[in-house]
Amino acid sequence: MKLLQVKDLLDCTVVAGEALLESEVGSCFAADLMSDVLAYSRPGALLITGLTTVQSVHTADVADCAGILFVSSKQPNPEALALAQVRGIPVLSTRRSAFEACGELFRNGLSQDARP
Amino acid sequence: MSEAVSLAPELLYQKSFVIRGNDYDHGGEAAAQVKAILKQLGIAPELIRRLSIANFEAEMNAIMYAYEARLELSVFSNAVRVVISDHGPGIPDIGWALEEGNSTATPEMRARGFGAGLGLPNIKRNSDEFAIESTVGTGTTLRYAVLLNDGLGS
Repeated sequence: MKLLQVKDLLDCTVVAGEALLESEVGSCFAADLMSDVLAYSRPGALLITGLTTVQSVHTADVADCAGILFVSSKQPNPEALALAQVRGIPVLSTRRSAFEACGELFRNGLSQDARP
Repeated sequence: MSEAVSLAPELLYQKSFVIRGNDYDHGGEAAAQVKAILKQLGIAPELIRRLSIANFEAEMNAIMYAYEARLELSVFSNAVRVVISDHGPGIPDIGWALEEGNSTATPEMRARGFGAGLGLPNIKRNSDEFAIESTVGTGTTLRYAVLLNDGLGS
């Protein structure tokens, strides 16, 4: 699934990386605990989180995530946004809760374990 | 072909980074810089990912627990080696700290997405060699490495 489809499915606003929405999302990983993402996510995963600090962006970068989806209308703080722009990491935000966002993406074929 | 071949691994690159305790706003920058360097050196992406995860966890540990730390990156022809030594409170019980889920983290640390007792296990899991020594009241030194089985450089 492309990020563009994630955007449409969850009615997201594009916070950063408008030009990168053709990127492929291989799987999803939802957590506010970045150590969990670092330990268990697969390269190419979409990071679904409510953590809005720079650590979410560093985590996405280090773990080779396809992008970040902030849930519950959360927005990255200004430092995190600037970092995402510099690193070229696409950032989406949805009004849906983490539970709803995960459910919708799962229903449409994404899972935690799929390889990109 | 008939030249003698040295078996000692060749040091190809070395650089140090200073990490300051409590500097959450920059937590992750050293790991990011190292990642960019490893990419430039042509290390395989999967090995870069493992090293970067270890470096990020180690960097956050230093920020959360130490007063100051130094991360030294050494790229050899057969391995990438990292030493992080800090001035800090030290770890009284290393065996306990290495167990997944054990943590002395504060709410602020957890609010940054860390401090759940996964840091040291994550570093260990993502490295091929791992060693830790700590003196209470002085500090902690972590040494870990990812082996380059296909070698790097000439």
